[in-house]
Amino acid sequence: MNYPLLEVRIVTKYFPGVVALKQVSLTLEEGEILALIGENGAGKSTLMKILAGIQQPDLGKIFWNGKEANIDSVEAAMDFGIALIHQELNLADNLDIGSNIFLGREPRNKLGIINRRKIHEESLKVLERVGLDFDPRTNLSRLSIGQQQLVEIAKALSMNAKVLIMDEPTSSLSSKETARLFEVVKDLKEQGVSVIYISHRLGEVKELADRVVVFRDGQNSGELSKEEITHERMVQLMVGRDVSKLYERTPHQPGDEVLKVTDLVSPVFPSEKNSFTIRAGEIVGMAGLVGAGRTELLRVLFGIDDAIRGTIEIEGKLCEFHHPKDAIDAGMVLVPEDRKGQGLVIDWPLDMNGSLPGLDQHLTQKALIDKKNEVQTAETMIDNLNIKTPNRKQILQFLSGGNQQKVVLGKWLALGPKILLLDEPTRGIDIGAKEEIYHLMDKLAADGLAVLFVSSELEEIMGVSDRALVMHEGKITGELPRSELSEESIMQLATGQELAAAH
Amino acid sequence: MKKLLGITGLFIVIFAFTALQQESFISARNIENLLDRTGLLGILGIGVAFVIITGGIDLSIGSVVGLVGCLLPLFVVDKGMPVPVAILLVMLISAGIGLAHGLLITKLKLQPFIVTLCGLLIYRGIGRFITADQTMTFGGQYKGLREWATGNIDLPVLTASKGFSLPMPFLILFVFMIIGSVFLNKTVWGRYLLALGRNEQAARYSGIKTERLTILAYVICSTLAGFGGILFMLDLNSVQPSSHGNFYELYAIAAAVLGGCSLRGGEGSIIGVMIGMGILQMLKSASLFLEIPDQLEFTIIGTVILLGAIADELGKRIVHRIRQAKQNS
Repeated sequence: MNYPLLEVRIVTKYFPGVVALKQVSLTLEEGEILALIGENGAGKSTLMKILAGIQQPDLGKIFWNGKEANIDSVEAAMDFGIALIHQELNLADNLDIGSNIFLGREPRNKLGIINRRKIHEESLKVLERVGLDFDPRTNLSRLSIGQQQLVEIAKALSMNAKVLIMDEPTSSLSSKETARLFEVVKDLKEQGVSVIYISHRLGEVKELADRVVVFRDGQNSGELSKEEITHERMVQLMVGRDVSKLYERTPHQPGDEVLKVTDLVSPVFPSEKNSFTIRAGEIVGMAGLVGAGRTELLRVLFGIDDAIRGTIEIEGKLCEFHHPKDAIDAGMVLVPEDRKGQGLVIDWPLDMNGSLPGLDQHLTQKALIDKKNEVQTAETMIDNLNIKTPNRKQILQFLSGGNQQKVVLGKWLALGPKILLLDEPTRGIDIGAKEEIYHLMDKLAADGLAVLFVSSELEEIMGVSDRALVMHEGKITGELPRSELSEESIMQLATGQELAAAH
Repeated sequence: MKKLLGITGLFIVIFAFTALQQESFISARNIENLLDRTGLLGILGIGVAFVIITGGIDLSIGSVVGLVGCLLPLFVVDKGMPVPVAILLVMLISAGIGLAHGLLITKLKLQPFIVTLCGLLIYRGIGRFITADQTMTFGGQYKGLREWATGNIDLPVLTASKGFSLPMPFLILFVFMIIGSVFLNKTVWGRYLLALGRNEQAARYSGIKTERLTILAYVICSTLAGFGGILFMLDLNSVQPSSHGNFYELYAIAAAVLGGCSLRGGEGSIIGVMIGMGILQMLKSASLFLEIPDQLEFTIIGTVILLGAIADELGKRIVHRIRQAKQNS
């Protein structure tokens, strides 16, 4: 009888007060790319930690080639050949590639001196397998994030990994790097390595996976073979409900021009001038590859970086922003890309975060903080934005990503802004919360707000925007009305090509 | 709040333990002395607490105290300046020192440790140079001023019955503590300081002028160091330029940390600083009363702070675990 390489058989895992995994099962064949998908909190990470030996199951068993496997430590997992590539890379960027690959298990001679030549030779072998053409003595800091990720994979291969578990590997890669990673993953498959691929990006899953396993609320909710993998089926199994309403829109009536940017030059791309306008009540998407200069443009707009040249006008008034405070006072706010680092004081309670930008506008007569207002702002936000929190005192790091993002939005909406800038507003949040944020953007635009949002997800750009601007290497290369939005047209502009003949 | 309870508990334990061992520890004379020292050093502690809350540090406090101790008699006795003018000038110099620290740290992005370590060396040297290392004193003059600033205030009942009167420096500390607490916990600027200490970027992205506030914290710190320096000078009336104020920054920092300020920033309690300084002074005095060799003074203080830090860290982990368990339920 033929056994699968790895089998998880009805595994259950409890955490204090919660069942993280409820009788889940999963098989993995040799040389198979298995995608594991599910919303945040569906139990994917818990299962991966069990397979990597970080946690142990409370019930159920794991089999390796049909034999029961006791994976009770990270070392045990490695002995079987299971390696976890974390979302955040675990590399030392002050060391060279070879040292990183052999970190903690350096070949040594009798005197305890590291055998550099052996490191060099062995490193070259594994680097070739992942298609990285670098001298192992190159310092890691000189590699891009994508290349560093390949080093991490090489490291796993050098330990004879037979199963690679990749947790959201493309979340910080450009599309070029993503394509490169896919080639490597497919190559490894040919070499007989199995991959468990965890991702939120369904397009990638469709391209890469031989089979998809879906989790929902800690349970198996379905499985799709290669032919069955479609976007709709995956979403259906993940969410368990109809998602045709995800991008539901109300028609917007764009009003007057609110933001007018003329010949703006950001310090990161000193030779590129950009001009555009945004009207009240319209949602403008800003598409482009990672590194196209979209975040940099938002930073200049919001006064974090000074513009080198160019002008910003809000409602016809010329503005000069040298600090976010200036932009906020002019009615323009930013929901930043890095929610935990820039958007929120993550270990503060909800109410103190919610009141932070507006504190100086609401003071008691004695110049003290107006507590009543703080409470009110928080309660309004929780009601209006449907924030799921036990109470307004909840520390934000214990809320889900979607609810955290709603707090960022809420703190700005409390100020009654005219222009809302959003940078990757749905990154790392589950589909349910995404839908709510799309609907909120839609509603805000309907109420007359001018919305500009940056997104790397084409689907989102096409689903939400009234109009899209596309950037390439620091320059806005084109503008597409809603009727002309398509993956092809956006990608052409995003990669710097002229639009096809129709234009 | 839990932290405050913790150090208040520690305070009571040390106090009760020493008092039971040695009755003279709670004599009016000794309590007065404790309050006096707590007052003088506590003012420095409140100052450095603001800097620590921003995630910074100020190592120059002792040298500022020393410099002020040199300048004040120099201005008044040698230059013949009127006392109010001299005090104002000294305060301005102190504030200017804080401003310089703040600007170097925010505009040039130098590390607070380096900037204020250099300050420690520079101000000490200046103090010694301008006085040629001579002991500075008012002599027998300005008795009234000295009495006013550092003398004792008679209290209605206690003074008559127990011979206890309240040292002025402690009263001053108490006033500063109330102002400082209100500033930190009730005003916008205090909230901003806590926010920027916890997450500088998020504070800036929320429209807070983080650089200005950081500078403000350093100005508050050095100004309070200068003010404390004036009181120290008036209290002692004898200043050795080479050693006056040595280690005071460490007392101030230790009290702030003991009182609940996190060196990572974003956390702190002004009342805690006062209690923390009370503990430090009490330990010092207790080791005297319990006839522990005074060579061990620093060792005892260090051990108690270390134990406090360990208990705090362990406590935090337990709280974290409970929280997570709750979260998962």
